[in-house]
Amino acid sequence: MELCDLSAEQIASLVHKREVSAREVLEATLNRVSLVDGRPGQLGIEETTPDDEKYVHAFISLTAERARVQADEVDRRLAGGEDPGPLAGVPFTVKDIFVVRGTPSTAGSRILANFVAPYTATPVERMEQAGGIMLGKVNLDEFTYGSSNESSAFIPTPRNPWNPAYVPGGSSGGSTAAVAAGEGALSLGTDTAGSIRQPAAFCGVVGMKPTYGRVSRYGLIAFGSSLDCPGPVARTVKDATLMLSVIAGRDPHDQTSVTVPVPDYASRLEAGVKGLRIGLSPDYFRITFVDPHTGELIERPIDPEVLAATRRAADVLASLGAEIIEDVPMPHTHYGIPAYFVISRVEAASNLHRYDGVKYGYRTPEYVTDLRDLYRKTRGQGFGLQPKLRILMGMYVSAAQYSEQYYVRALRVRSLIRRDFETIFDPSGAYRLDALLTPTTPTTAFTMQEVYGDSVLMQYADELTVPANHAGVPGISLPAGLDRKGLPIGIQFLGADYAEATLLQIGFAYEQATLGEDWRKRKPQVVERLAV
Amino acid sequence: MKEQITPEIFQDMVTLAALELSQAEAEYLRQQLNNQLTAIGELERIPLDEATPVTSHGVPYTEQISQALRADEWITDPSAPDILSQAPETENGYIVVPDIPHTELS
Repeated sequence: MELCDLSAEQIASLVHKREVSAREVLEATLNRVSLVDGRPGQLGIEETTPDDEKYVHAFISLTAERARVQADEVDRRLAGGEDPGPLAGVPFTVKDIFVVRGTPSTAGSRILANFVAPYTATPVERMEQAGGIMLGKVNLDEFTYGSSNESSAFIPTPRNPWNPAYVPGGSSGGSTAAVAAGEGALSLGTDTAGSIRQPAAFCGVVGMKPTYGRVSRYGLIAFGSSLDCPGPVARTVKDATLMLSVIAGRDPHDQTSVTVPVPDYASRLEAGVKGLRIGLSPDYFRITFVDPHTGELIERPIDPEVLAATRRAADVLASLGAEIIEDVPMPHTHYGIPAYFVISRVEAASNLHRYDGVKYGYRTPEYVTDLRDLYRKTRGQGFGLQPKLRILMGMYVSAAQYSEQYYVRALRVRSLIRRDFETIFDPSGAYRLDALLTPTTPTTAFTMQEVYGDSVLMQYADELTVPANHAGVPGISLPAGLDRKGLPIGIQFLGADYAEATLLQIGFAYEQATLGEDWRKRKPQVVERLAV
Repeated sequence: MKEQITPEIFQDMVTLAALELSQAEAEYLRQQLNNQLTAIGELERIPLDEATPVTSHGVPYTEQISQALRADEWITDPSAPDILSQAPETENGYIVVPDIPHTELS
């Protein structure tokens, strides 16, 4: 096994013992990037070539020299008897929606393509202070608006390492593709409707959306400010635990980060699931959506292979002593997407008004008659279709004459979605669940260009993940097998407010119990190919 | 399906949003907006009690878990030159913009 395929925990341990240097781990990882990533996403490319279709394209900017300085510093500190921290020498990537001082921070958009951040996001700073080595910034849907990465202005957009003909999911698709392909053991992503969990499921890695307020949003370029959650992407539950321990906790720079103490997540990891109550809900075994052309409500069962993997996971947990509670009602699940169409758009439109060609970022090179003309041309040329769509929808549904009908109604529906979770996790209620087990996504990954362009269908990829964002509760997606096409299947555990420790504990038990399964021996195509 | 967002309404929205769009973009965006509004229409099927509160954050923020407000203190940011250097056009420490639409008062 190569150094870049080791877990973060193994790397940190070897580096601490000085059995390998941080620099050696870094060089092995940079070598992997050079073999699997292909050319980085960039502006000005209209078409991809057949050669591009073989590579991952996770990166927008690889900051190798900056990383070498960090790695040498970790090695120097260890040589001097210092402890660089729990992530000593662990290479990680950052979704390009976080600002990092002195590096391009683009949000995958032309409008920020030339922006060099003057400060560093808190979660990134904490990872670097813990000895982590930042490799660079990875691609995403433009401003995180999408579930496939195809909306990025930086082309080629990322592809799924398990089969590059398929999307990696999104919007943290660069993060999950990088981690799956051995391009860094960890990645920092964000989840507004499922943007960590959905691509984690598509790429066969672990992805966690912590409770809203558990991880600071300082330095995160905002999408839906009441929904956005930074969180870990990793290859193992233990690594996600390690990373969460580093990034979680109060930050004076983000007033919405809570003062709830951060527990010792690792201490409970091996506690097992005996006696834990884990629910299954039929409301997560189907998707319900409106046909945009007829307005008819359509209900479909989820992919049978995804459902079977979820049921198998319940059996595994039952065999480990968990109590499985069937038929848990989550009646408002399918209102998650329509409510999200309203709430997230209002917040996005508000957040996008700051991009105007005046203070930073893109400014139209064309002649303008006055300031308003500058705004119109700059925003027209700088934003892609997805931000434009969100600005327009956000303005429409929050306009004075429609706000009661749409925005206020959606916020009330959000209360009902929240109530579903409060009911099942109530320690003195009828269900008293420790977690709800669900599929992460209704299907496995779809092919490139299969869904892109249909903004309604694309949004429904998040139907099973978005309720947790409305409710604020934590969720984790874990790999749970491969389908007949060889694509990863993800299962999700959802928990009560600040119950990350319980989700990690259950996830770890499931992962350990299934370590010997055949599918775990398989590697993503782009990595497998290197061995030939 | 009846289109909620007509070309006229759409044009007003585009003006308010300060976006200059090509014809192809405008057609695509208007169609997608109408499709999304059809999906949003599902919310109207939910019987809602007027007493149902609005939720603006999923997780309740009690005083116990919220940070105390910071003192309102003036802190000089050392990165001011970096921040200013990001502006497309500056002059003597000021950000320069084109003419601001205005009416002369007589």
